[in-house]
Amino acid sequence: MSGQDIGLWSVLIAVLGGAIRVGTPFIFVSLGECLTEKSGRINLGLEGNLVMGAMVGYATSYLSGSPWLGVLAAAGSGCCLGLLHALLCQHKRVNDIAVGIAMMLFASGLAFFYGKPFIQPSAPRLPSIGFGNWSDSPVVRAALDINALFFIGVILAPVMAWFLMRTRWGNSVRVVGESSDAALAMGISIHRVRLLSTVAGGAFAGIGGAYLSLYYPGSWSEGLSSGQGLMAVALVIFARWNPIYCLYASLLFGAAAALGPALQSVGIHSGYYLFNAAPYILTLAIMIISSDRKGTLGGMPGELSK
Amino acid sequence: MLNLRETWLISLGALTVAFMLVGIFFASTGNSPFEVFYTLYRGAFGSWFSWQNTLVRAAPLMLTALCTVLPARVGLIVIGGEGAVVVGGLCSTLVGLALRDMGPFTVITAMVLTGALTGGLWIAAVGALQYFRNVNETISSLLLNYIAIAILNFLVIGILKDPATLNNPSTHAIGEANMIGNIGASTIHWGLVYGVVACVGLWVICRHSVFGFAADVVGGNIRAARLAGLPVVKILLWCCFLGGAAAGLAGTLEVAAVHGRANNGLNAGYGYAGILVAFLARHNPLAVIPYAILLGGIQASGGLMQRAHNLPDATVYVIQGIIFMVILTSELFYGKFRWLHATREAKS
Repeated sequence: MSGQDIGLWSVLIAVLGGAIRVGTPFIFVSLGECLTEKSGRINLGLEGNLVMGAMVGYATSYLSGSPWLGVLAAAGSGCCLGLLHALLCQHKRVNDIAVGIAMMLFASGLAFFYGKPFIQPSAPRLPSIGFGNWSDSPVVRAALDINALFFIGVILAPVMAWFLMRTRWGNSVRVVGESSDAALAMGISIHRVRLLSTVAGGAFAGIGGAYLSLYYPGSWSEGLSSGQGLMAVALVIFARWNPIYCLYASLLFGAAAALGPALQSVGIHSGYYLFNAAPYILTLAIMIISSDRKGTLGGMPGELSK
Repeated sequence: MLNLRETWLISLGALTVAFMLVGIFFASTGNSPFEVFYTLYRGAFGSWFSWQNTLVRAAPLMLTALCTVLPARVGLIVIGGEGAVVVGGLCSTLVGLALRDMGPFTVITAMVLTGALTGGLWIAAVGALQYFRNVNETISSLLLNYIAIAILNFLVIGILKDPATLNNPSTHAIGEANMIGNIGASTIHWGLVYGVVACVGLWVICRHSVFGFAADVVGGNIRAARLAGLPVVKILLWCCFLGGAAAGLAGTLEVAAVHGRANNGLNAGYGYAGILVAFLARHNPLAVIPYAILLGGIQASGGLMQRAHNLPDATVYVIQGIIFMVILTSELFYGKFRWLHATREAKS
């Protein structure tokens, strides 16, 4: 085997490991956004939930010594922010996209404000399971060191798909998202369904944030999130509002984000920053290809286009 | 909407409520709200020094706000100001570098035109995608922000890098002589004048021209506009172009009046803060001016609040977020106060 081959293999393994490691927060945020959008509302403020979840999770883990308690607290903070978004948006004249931007500013600001004392100390991190211990190659070991939250995310996606397609509640969410008139006729409370969907979606985003600060990169700082919360909105479109596709898309986005550093590690430097743009260009291209002048995107909840 | 008294009263009321909430937030941190507000006032408008600081920050905000304001008049929510700033700044730097020996007048004129043209085309593309392919304009403009920043990083760290700028990778400088100077003896650059002129000019167009009226018809009811035979595509694309041109101009000014070269300073968040200004101004170009100054003031006072009360710089984001949310919620009260509507036709 020539040196070139080993280099390519290590890139492939690093990208695979990166897809899992970098993709996990995307799974949670995109599933959260997917649920919220299924109910006919866009929450652009999930970036704020993510940052807040990262701070709250880290602080709780540091103060209590239990990282899992941190994850729980992060989900709780996401619930609160989701509730605030839902309450502000339930009125017809309040623009949900603008409220999302406001929430993003507000929640990141609060997280930075209260997170200042937690930048220095190191909190207990979430444990990982070493699936690569059979191998003596450090590259393989590093790539297969997988966090339990990844598996929770992988299970969550089909569970959410089942919830949306097969249960009474999931059906209500889809009806409210497709047509509020139909929901009214069926006697479903639009406000309540959207409120619960936004709150649950916010909680998922909070967990995604906890993963960032408690596992990878693994510490709390103000530059922790690189826009994963905003990217989730694009990711859900990319995944056509299907939870299972959200899972695949998250892994793909994770892999795309890991490609640059992986190539850099084997000496390919050119175009590093262009690789960062790959997921965005891909999403935009797919949006352009898959929509047309008359119709809306396939799978798009009807209420979103109003 | 046309009722000025209603707009004034509700905006003032909302700002009062917002500042009360901000006061409660300050109190929760153990500070006296009144002392912090006084510091905020001192840092923003208390002296000539802080006024200059405020106005320098307000100038780009006016221009980036227009990037959300104009598309909003035809019913599009565009949040791509950040990308247009980056593209405008980057392209005008390239032109500035190519023409750097042609004399300041040529260089600055060419840079301003390039910035406005490229920023305008950037956002016009968003409008075209929305109209012709039904691509959601909010999401596509957001994606374009990231793409613009990636292109900037790629070029600035790669082929365009000035080897002398190690810590903060930048392009070569356009040259001291080619920069836009300050107004008189102040530290405020002429960009402020560009911003004010753009706001006033676009307000005149929006309120007192056939084009502005047609744009409002398109924004109000696109089918009615089509039935009336208005050139809907043209109006929609022009509004996007003008908004993007303003943001692109902001990028040019950041290069030509502040940094002297293109670097990461271009994506400093002016685009996102501009969205806030646009919603505060309720998409009225003239109202953009005072709100940009208010927001510039809040940003300018961040440093003083940190020194005087030990409040971290994130305080500014919290204040902005609270104001933004309260203003958005205040939309609910429009049309609720009947006694405010003196004449029947003013009722919206």
